[in-house]
Amino acid sequence: MASFSTNEFRGGMKVMLDGDPCSILENEYVKPGKGQAFNRVKLRNLATGRVLEKTFKSGDSLEAADVVDQDMEYLYNDGEFWHFMDPASYEQHAADEKAVGESIKWLKEQDVCVVTLYNGSPLVITPPNHVELEITETDPGIKGDTATGGTKPATLSTGAVIKVPLFMSIGEIVRVDTRTGEYLGRATGGK
Amino acid sequence: MKTQWQPSADISTLKTRAEFLAKIRQFFHDQNVLEVDTPVLASFTVTDPNIESIAATCNGKTAYLQTSPEFFMKRLLAAGSGDIYYLGKSFRDEEFGAKHNPEFTMLEWYRVGYNDHQLIENTLELIFSLLPEAPVTKLSYKSLFEKHFNVNPHTVSVNKIKMIAQQYCDVQFDSDDVDVWLNLLFTHVIEPAMQGWFVVYDFPESQGALAKKAINEDGDVIAKRFEIYCDGLELGNGYWELTDAKEQRQRFENDVRQRKLHGYRDIHYDENILAALDSGMPECAGIAMGVDRLLMIKTKKLIINDVISFVFE
Repeated sequence: MASFSTNEFRGGMKVMLDGDPCSILENEYVKPGKGQAFNRVKLRNLATGRVLEKTFKSGDSLEAADVVDQDMEYLYNDGEFWHFMDPASYEQHAADEKAVGESIKWLKEQDVCVVTLYNGSPLVITPPNHVELEITETDPGIKGDTATGGTKPATLSTGAVIKVPLFMSIGEIVRVDTRTGEYLGRATGGK
Repeated sequence: MKTQWQPSADISTLKTRAEFLAKIRQFFHDQNVLEVDTPVLASFTVTDPNIESIAATCNGKTAYLQTSPEFFMKRLLAAGSGDIYYLGKSFRDEEFGAKHNPEFTMLEWYRVGYNDHQLIENTLELIFSLLPEAPVTKLSYKSLFEKHFNVNPHTVSVNKIKMIAQQYCDVQFDSDDVDVWLNLLFTHVIEPAMQGWFVVYDFPESQGALAKKAINEDGDVIAKRFEIYCDGLELGNGYWELTDAKEQRQRFENDVRQRKLHGYRDIHYDENILAALDSGMPECAGIAMGVDRLLMIKTKKLIINDVISFVFE
């Protein structure tokens, strides 16, 4: 595998650190006018999700990690694994619970997710930023109440619980931001 | 290919920059300091293991873009120029970042007969003719290490300073060079804590480069070198200049050895600068300042790209 020197480090680059694949978040070049240059690097350990801050001597290098982000369609869950398909090659990949993690509550069949593959296996699943899901449980909607701005909890088809406006009812489709879990609006249908 | 033709700084910042350069020239004109325009391309360059020169080809031979005008300016001083300043470009390879661009504008000047503390006063006079007057804290390098880490940087063992550095930073390397750890603690812990204007003086002897050696009041051997900081940003590096050619030759030879040891490019030191020192360069103090960074302070910009017309592309 290739390696990258600290002065090539860029946000998004995937490298191996202490045996784990990491994604570089930030790379700050620190150099006194006279003296050793350093790179202060923020990385996310892709296996644990933890963010690390490490200092390197400038010019040192790290091995590249065999990590690729690929858009894949979510197919189904068989009780143990979540199955995804590369729409170009029809190749299927099974992700375990650890890879799916928090994304589990946003996975809807046929949605396109980003599957991070490490040595060919799913390491992390990232749902689309916006998903449209059906409300399966909530208090009855208050008709015409669009002005008070009040909210109530609603359970969605995936099991996620979000806050929705009082006028929403069971069976309606909502648009949600998966990064914040925020209600964005009523789905306009047709997607 | 995606193009990005627009300048990296906005036009109003470039107008401020032009006024800034004019004010700097006025300051030195008023103090009878002569502007000199020294070469940026030459056959020789610095030997400092921590500074990489950009090589070019001239007349079929390797030449280097100068990392500072220091050697040419010292040759002028030895030739009897008197007080001089240079305001122009310098180049350093591999220096990229929010506060670094491989091509940058340097202001370097020498005052004949000054010592380091007299030059500090002269530097602050220049700074506050360009920026709003503010209080300045002057501290020795040693006092900063005593305050933050309770160690004497001039006598501390490599194991002790390494242990301290590893408590503060998660480092991915090892080194048996005390200066690497001192530099790490300085840049990662001390600089961020220096809010406001600071002058740091009396650096470790091993970080002296072209500064005179001396003994401080506690008996530590130190280098008569100082640095200026604003909000932790390094703005200038000054020396009470070493005038001893023999001592300078030893330091160059040590640099060359260090370069070999680390596998860096082999650089032959410049005999002309040694000959100039040998001929009797006058006692003087000199400082190099990063003009782009001074302008960052002036315009409250956090990234060097915002104050230079076109960042390296």
